[in-house]
Amino acid sequence: MSRLIEEKGKESESGGFIILFFILGLAASLVLGWGVFPKLLYSQKKQPIDFNHVLHVEAVEEGCESCHFFREDGSFSGLPKLAQCVDCHEEIQGEDPNEVKFVEEFVANEREVPWLVYAEQPDCVFFSHAAHVKMGKMECVLCHGHIGESSHSRVYEENRVTGYSRDIWGKNISGLKKNTWDRMKMDDCAECHAKNKIGYDKTSMETLPWPLNWALLPYEKQIGPKARVQAKKDACFVCHK
Amino acid sequence: MKIGRRSFLSFIIGGAAGTALSPLAWKSMDDSSIWSQNWPWTPVPADGEVSHVNSVCTLCPGGCGITVRKVDDRAVKIEGMKGHPVNDGGVCILGLSALQLLYGPTRVKAPLKRVGERGEEKWQEISWSEAVAEVAAKLGDLRSKGKSHTVCSILDSDKGTVPYLFGRLLTVYGSPNFIRTPSIQDSYELAINLMHGVQASAGFDVEHADFVLSFGSGLIDGWGSPVRMFKANSNWKDSGSKVVQIEPRLSNTAAKSDKWIPINPGTEVALAMGLAHVIIKESLYDSDFVNNYSSGFDKFKQLVLDKYNPDNVAQITGVDSSALVSLARNFAHASKPLAVCGRGQGKTQGSLDEFIAVHALNALVGNINSEGGVWAVPDPDYIKWPEVEMDSVAAVGMQKERIDGAGSETYPYARYLLNRFSGVVNSEEESPVNALFVAGANPLYTISDSKAVKEAFSKIPFVVSFSSYMDETAKNADLILPNHVFLERYEDVPMPVGLQKHVIGLSRPVVKPQFNTKHVGDVIILIAKALGGRIADAFPWDNYEACLEETLGDKWESIVENGFWSDPDFKVPASEEAFNTPSGKFEFIPANLKSPLDFSPVTIEGSDISYPLILVPYDSMRLANGFIGNPPFITKTVEDTVLKGKDVFVEINPKTAEEIGLIEGRYVDIRTPRGKAKVRVHLFDGIMPGIVALPRGLGHTAYDKYIAGKGINFNELIGPVEDPVSGFDAAWGIRARLTKV
Ligand code: SF4
Repeated sequence: MSRLIEEKGKESESGGFIILFFILGLAASLVLGWGVFPKLLYSQKKQPIDFNHVLHVEAVEEGCESCHFFREDGSFSGLPKLAQCVDCHEEIQGEDPNEVKFVEEFVANEREVPWLVYAEQPDCVFFSHAAHVKMGKMECVLCHGHIGESSHSRVYEENRVTGYSRDIWGKNISGLKKNTWDRMKMDDCAECHAKNKIGYDKTSMETLPWPLNWALLPYEKQIGPKARVQAKKDACFVCHK
Repeated sequence: MKIGRRSFLSFIIGGAAGTALSPLAWKSMDDSSIWSQNWPWTPVPADGEVSHVNSVCTLCPGGCGITVRKVDDRAVKIEGMKGHPVNDGGVCILGLSALQLLYGPTRVKAPLKRVGERGEEKWQEISWSEAVAEVAAKLGDLRSKGKSHTVCSILDSDKGTVPYLFGRLLTVYGSPNFIRTPSIQDSYELAINLMHGVQASAGFDVEHADFVLSFGSGLIDGWGSPVRMFKANSNWKDSGSKVVQIEPRLSNTAAKSDKWIPINPGTEVALAMGLAHVIIKESLYDSDFVNNYSSGFDKFKQLVLDKYNPDNVAQITGVDSSALVSLARNFAHASKPLAVCGRGQGKTQGSLDEFIAVHALNALVGNINSEGGVWAVPDPDYIKWPEVEMDSVAAVGMQKERIDGAGSETYPYARYLLNRFSGVVNSEEESPVNALFVAGANPLYTISDSKAVKEAFSKIPFVVSFSSYMDETAKNADLILPNHVFLERYEDVPMPVGLQKHVIGLSRPVVKPQFNTKHVGDVIILIAKALGGRIADAFPWDNYEACLEETLGDKWESIVENGFWSDPDFKVPASEEAFNTPSGKFEFIPANLKSPLDFSPVTIEGSDISYPLILVPYDSMRLANGFIGNPPFITKTVEDTVLKGKDVFVEINPKTAEEIGLIEGRYVDIRTPRGKAKVRVHLFDGIMPGIVALPRGLGHTAYDKYIAGKGINFNELIGPVEDPVSGFDAAWGIRARLTKV
């Protein structure tokens, strides 16, 4: 008898229970994947100094280029070195605790500020600011967003696995984006490069550093509207050094 | 409620489905691939400001100008300097790898004093003042005992301010024993000295030659100034100039030449005389030069006509007599023929007869001191220091005979005979050398018969190395006073080897000294000052940089700006005034020679019964074989048929291999009268039957784990064979035997 009851119980399990557990499993893993995982994946770091872009842009004369400029040889000085800051910050100005900290900890000790770089790419990625900004006449905002309008430094979210900033993959864990500056992965480079070749003419090609071979060659195959296989020899080495 | 197996499975399936619908899987995959590309041990240069510094490479005597790319304070790339008179933008693989010698683990990081046994590598770090005081005390002690002449210095060069400082210190201290490491420079200088009557180096106008006859010189294997020679070689290809390579092995140079003539090894001298025979017999020589500016031609003519007819020569050399005749005609008919010698990279001196015979060939075609020919280039005379004033001890010491015998009655012609050094030291109960200084040289590795050299070193009571690296010599020294490497120091680099121009390069600090090292020039000045008296007086400079700046005088500014100085007015005198021999002319048979030359091939060591094969070395651009150990970057480029793992391959002709039953890759013992080693066999059609070849530049036992322990050092298998007239090492190979293991 008792065996019978047990078997009956089992039978009832096979009905609603199974579906329930399926849903439970599904829900748990969705919560894990969309909610918990991103939280675990990124650690939250604060910049050593809370930097106010707005204040600085107002004070300088040449906009972004006052601090983020091209060196004489054409290479880009992304992060200003202490030497540039010292021009104005030799002494403490005002009472902001960040300013005090900056001058006392860094300027006085001649120590470079260990800024956390939101846009840092792996070393194998070759990217020329000159080609994009000078030749391509692109605005900083296009890739970096409205960082120049921020009055506080954002939290720097560091990927615990790769060590790179969350900005590269993008805030949205699904990898979808709304703005051009939401992500900085290779697909995002490719997207823009692909777009710019549409309806290209001589002049726009000249402003693009991308070699002419970006135009589809007969033996290349289109693998999607944006990305495609670049079959020409050496093409990979334009960006991957 | 009880959860059964099915519910559980259902939960898992639901979980899997949910995971697939969440970014977890593909995001993790992306991240882990990035993670795996960024291992912490993958070096990533820091970003920073890029700058360039012009300097000169000193890793070989080539004297190439380099441009070093820096990011902030770090040197990241070495390139050839554009517009430099030697290499115009080119650089060799060793120069390219020099950053490994700057930042690699083989550096000596501070002055070291030996505390264990010699070679045991037990060191104690000492301060520079202690180091200098120790050397000065030792030198002072020897001097007070009247033994100043038992102090000896070995350097890789005798040109420029650093060798001059060493020479000056020895002179005013009282020792004649300044020794330069051997190379074909010795033989060329001597041949020119005897035939021209002047003290000069050989310069080759390779850019303008249109027929280059090379007696085994590795024109593109590192002979002369290597990068310059690569460039000349591509010019020859473009302009249709011909290159004929004579050697028993198909080297890179032979493979790229227009004609390769395999020859019985060591018989090149006979071939040169055979060519002279044809040129003279058929009156193809430059009669203007021969009749007006030479002497001894009749005697020379008699000699070659009597003894070197093509049939005789064919028998000695194995080169077909008709090939010889046509080669002689082609050479003489070319508008700018040039004959060069010195095997491989020219690291061993060779027999004097050979250099005289080849130089005579050049004279016959009238290309001495002329476009496309061989020039006698005197040293630029920019080092004009006041004469030293010697005290009585120094005067007595300087009168003593040199330890290597150079300049003595037996060896009146040679200036340096490092090849005799170990023999002399080992033949005496007590070492005739009491203190030895080694700078820019690694004799324990580069001098043949390493075992004997090591024995000699172990007998010398006080050995000081100035090496920047823990090389074999440094490892067996009592004191190491590490010099800055060339990317950290100032130094003048005059006379790139083989150049027919006056060029002085300037090595200069590209980066700050990375460790507690000191410029060897500064150390010499400090030692002199510590010794006091006349010795200190001879060194009036505060430091080396002041000395260099003062020496270069009005050239300083332009040399600092351009990285080199080249004399626009440099010319060699016309033939009327070029020769300072007793006859005032070019001498085919040098009158200054007491014993006649017999122009016969050098017999190598070993009996052909116990050693049926002949072992010869070969040189390659991929293996630095001088005082610089091969940096790991270059070792990576060495083919698997030369070095595989730790095993070096001996090249052997398949026919010879078959006779002794050897197959590719087989391990064998190679034995010579001087040593033995375990190697592997590589069958190579490009080597004459009966001959086997091993590369030079392997088998280090010092430096670091990346350089040491790969293959064997050729110098452990070969010993010197003394040239009867000059005393130079004339060995071109040694007899050998292979046995299976
Ligand atoms: S050839 Fe000699 S001097 Fe020139 S780059 Fe190479 S090692 Fe340096």
